[in-house]
Amino acid sequence: MTVSPELDARFRDAAAAEGLLDVAYDLVDTPIGQLLVAVTDRGLCEIGFDPEPEREAEALARQFGARVLRSPRPTDEARRQLDEYFAGERRRFDLPIDLRLAREFAADVLKELARVPYGQLTTYGTLAAKAGRPRAARAVGTIMNRNPVPIVLPCHRVVGSTGALTGYGGGLDRKRALLELEGAISRSLM
Amino acid sequence: MKLVSVPPFERFYEEHKRPVLAQLRLLLSTDAAEDAFQETFLRALRAYPGLEHGRHLRAWVLTIARNVATDFHRRERLTTADVPDLESVDEPLPYEELRRLTAELPQKERAAVFLRYGYDLSYEQIGDALGSSSEAARQAASSGVRRLRRKELS
Repeated sequence: MTVSPELDARFRDAAAAEGLLDVAYDLVDTPIGQLLVAVTDRGLCEIGFDPEPEREAEALARQFGARVLRSPRPTDEARRQLDEYFAGERRRFDLPIDLRLAREFAADVLKELARVPYGQLTTYGTLAAKAGRPRAARAVGTIMNRNPVPIVLPCHRVVGSTGALTGYGGGLDRKRALLELEGAISRSLM
Repeated sequence: MKLVSVPPFERFYEEHKRPVLAQLRLLLSTDAAEDAFQETFLRALRAYPGLEHGRHLRAWVLTIARNVATDFHRRERLTTADVPDLESVDEPLPYEELRRLTAELPQKERAAVFLRYGYDLSYEQIGDALGSSSEAARQAASSGVRRLRRKELS
């Protein structure tokens, strides 16, 4: 007995519209590959590279509650802004973000990260200092690596003190691609 | 007994949506079955945070579906005198053969045969879904099969 795509979509929309979901997510195609975009009623809670939806649904359920469902509509606004960003038409994201799971220092660092302007680079040490712990560059590296919402919170703009790109949760190729898109580094130099 | 954790709703929905719709199509007209399908999973979503483990979820959701179908019947009886049209088919169904074969069985026997041979549910699960014991479910399925054999011979 096949459930028609229309019936399936109707239920997924209704589940979100009735406010019954802990997390709604969808898969979004972008120039740097497919992303999993997830939102709660408080805002964007995850952007994942190379998504394996089954595994990510498990992780989201552990973090936010078991009512995790693929439901595109609640992710529409995030998708629209990501599309504009990748088209070069958006320099700032205007989305609520659910950082309820970030602990004190991580939350401070992620808030500072949100202020790093489009197309500009900063360093782990600078970010650590701005968040009030100048010697915590290494901890900032870990926090960047675990950034739940990359791209929107621009950890790709954070590099080592020598200017080396260092690392990226989604792989260095993607970090380079995002910085090229923003004009922060030029293609010819890399 | 090993603790089975409650799966993300996405997995639960994907695993059970087909048998739920199949059961509802047996109990209701095609349009009503689709409305009941949505209502069933919305009720499951509302109750989901209260689940303590992930066992017997198939039987659990089929029970919700049966209750929804009962509510729909009650509502229909209140508004019209029409009997729900179990035979209306507006698309080819993978279970068409079983559906056709079982069309003349009493409703409970038909549901038991369908869930047993169409969906390979255990008698315990069928009993839960039909609101009876597993023994009653076994008897309903076997008397349904006997009835089909008699029909075939005659």
